Amino acid sequence: MQSLFEKIWGKHVVAPETDDTPAVLYVDLHLLHEVTTPQAFDLLRAKGLPVRRTDRCLATLDHSTPTVPVKTLKDLELVSEPSAAKQVRQMEKNCKDFGIELRGFASRDRGIVHVMGPELGATQPGATIVCGDSHTSTHGAFGALAFGIGTTEVGHVLATQCLLQRKPKTLAINVGGRLPADVTAKDLILKIIGTIGVDGGTGYVIEYRGGAVSALSMEERMTVCNMSIEAGARAGMVAPDDTTYQYMAGRPLAPQGAKWDAAVAHWRTLPSDTGAKFDKEVDIDVASLRPMITFGTNPGMVMSIDDTVPEGNDTAFRKALAYMQIESGKPLLGLPVDVVFIGSCTNGRLSDIREAARILRGRRVAERVRLLVVPGSADVKRQAEAEGLDEVVRAAGGEWREPGCSMCIGMNGDTVPSGKLSVSTSNRNFEGRQGKGARTVLVSPLTAAAAAVRGHITDPRELVG
Amino acid sequence: MDAVKEIRSRTVVLSNDDIDTDQIIPARFLTTTTKQGLGKNLFADWRYEKDGRERAEFALNRPENRGAAVLVAGSNFGCGSSREHAPWALLDFGIRAVVSTAIADIFRSNSLKNGLIPVIVDAASHRWLLDNPGAEVRVDLESSTLEMNGKRVAFPIDRFSRYCLMNGLDQLGFLLEQEAAIRRYEQAHA
Ligand code: SF4
Repeated sequence: MQSLFEKIWGKHVVAPETDDTPAVLYVDLHLLHEVTTPQAFDLLRAKGLPVRRTDRCLATLDHSTPTVPVKTLKDLELVSEPSAAKQVRQMEKNCKDFGIELRGFASRDRGIVHVMGPELGATQPGATIVCGDSHTSTHGAFGALAFGIGTTEVGHVLATQCLLQRKPKTLAINVGGRLPADVTAKDLILKIIGTIGVDGGTGYVIEYRGGAVSALSMEERMTVCNMSIEAGARAGMVAPDDTTYQYMAGRPLAPQGAKWDAAVAHWRTLPSDTGAKFDKEVDIDVASLRPMITFGTNPGMVMSIDDTVPEGNDTAFRKALAYMQIESGKPLLGLPVDVVFIGSCTNGRLSDIREAARILRGRRVAERVRLLVVPGSADVKRQAEAEGLDEVVRAAGGEWREPGCSMCIGMNGDTVPSGKLSVSTSNRNFEGRQGKGARTVLVSPLTAAAAAVRGHITDPRELVG
Repeated sequence: MDAVKEIRSRTVVLSNDDIDTDQIIPARFLTTTTKQGLGKNLFADWRYEKDGRERAEFALNRPENRGAAVLVAGSNFGCGSSREHAPWALLDFGIRAVVSTAIADIFRSNSLKNGLIPVIVDAASHRWLLDNPGAEVRVDLESSTLEMNGKRVAFPIDRFSRYCLMNGLDQLGFLLEQEAAIRRYEQAHA
């Protein structure tokens, strides 16, 4: 009896682990972006090594790219910080020198790497997927073993298509009940992080299970798996099922024809066997879950939107609240907001923008609020525009941007000014994450849109029909 | 990578739990394409005033802590982003070991590949270290122990990483030697 994780791990062992050495694990798909790869390509150059399997690389530009339209590289220099532009150019050069196809500015596919992979059908059940990026856990939504690695390991994978790994432990999170209306996958994962803590998953691969998880769409499952790392787990996964196959069918890099049928037959063998053992199990019931919101400077400092901020007496807790200019015992509802960001690899997909539009349609963004909506990929942008969602955002007074990581990380232009309160659909509320001195609260797209139109923190259920 | 067998140093203490890699090296410094020179931006938003002057009260800035190579930190150190820039910045600044009760997975893995030693200790030893900043300690890789307060406290480190660290070997060499097995695997799974 094996778990989903054990089945995938077992199939990818090139050399088993021993007391003296870790396992050599084969990597099916290597995602690459401009921030965490330059030093890895340098390593290859220094050692005179080629990229072993360029066909298993999927590369894009997302972090250091501006979200104002960029048509040519010349424009890039005009709108970018010089170091960001240099990093983008270096990525273009590295991909060219080593023979890797780059889905760059000219590509219809370009997007945040964790939005693009699934969209293209490159993310597949049963696969091992890595990237020099901690939110690689997103791809686990397809029943893949997907995790973030460092730049040295990026170099290892480029050179050998393998990684040295000790086998992690397994954690089953059994999610019972049904999510109430207008309570979203984002609220669910924030609840999970609040329950197990920001280090509750350290050393583990999480499998999210149970009726509430099976009922989620693929985009919702991606939102959940995305934030596994915020609970300390390198990987989070959901067993593949018909929802998975329906999402994948016909995508350009997914298997086609007879190969598709064979693949689905194989994927159906992947879910954890009944009675499979996990090193740890946690049960959570979501039947009475309410929209969630963070109040501190890590994603585990989270509460229901209509609660009051809890008490805490250790220094880190007090430091966090002082930074946030938030007080224990007070509600967050009604707190004035300055910036609203809707986007990122957590909530920058079509369904997220649709959710936000449910509230924005026919309303105006409050007077002193800046609303930035950044689609997760060029494809999300096209689809949203085909549905007129860009017009909904603009008519409300929001900014509709080019795809990229944008204000999730503030690496090229889009930042929250110091001291300002940002209501964000991204995944990290660390000090300064969205800009030096920026104060971030994490919420779902519905809650973000509600804050934008009211100008203060609002329970979105007051605004949805 | 230089071989490392032991580190003798005073400690410098940052007692907060959950210090994330965005604090260790903020994202705006990640547009670099090299590993060098990140030390000046280590903990940039905690270390400097708005005008760029050092904040006198921040632990790493205090005169008595200059040159300390062992950082004692709160639990779950290095959580968040996978940026290897975090260990690069710590090493460039002069930190060579981090001691805590828990260290985040990716940060720990990145540290081991760069010669920064992650030292995980029990809660009581950790408490003593937090309460005694500037203590003289010795990290010994051979025995995987931390000498502190007149005793030796064992810490976990996998044998392979320890071997590579003590011999100054990068792990890529081992992977490249697996070529035959990798080729067999690829043929079987084509
Ligand atoms: S959107 Fe944010 S979390 Fe996601 S990959 Fe980009 S920077 Fe990282």
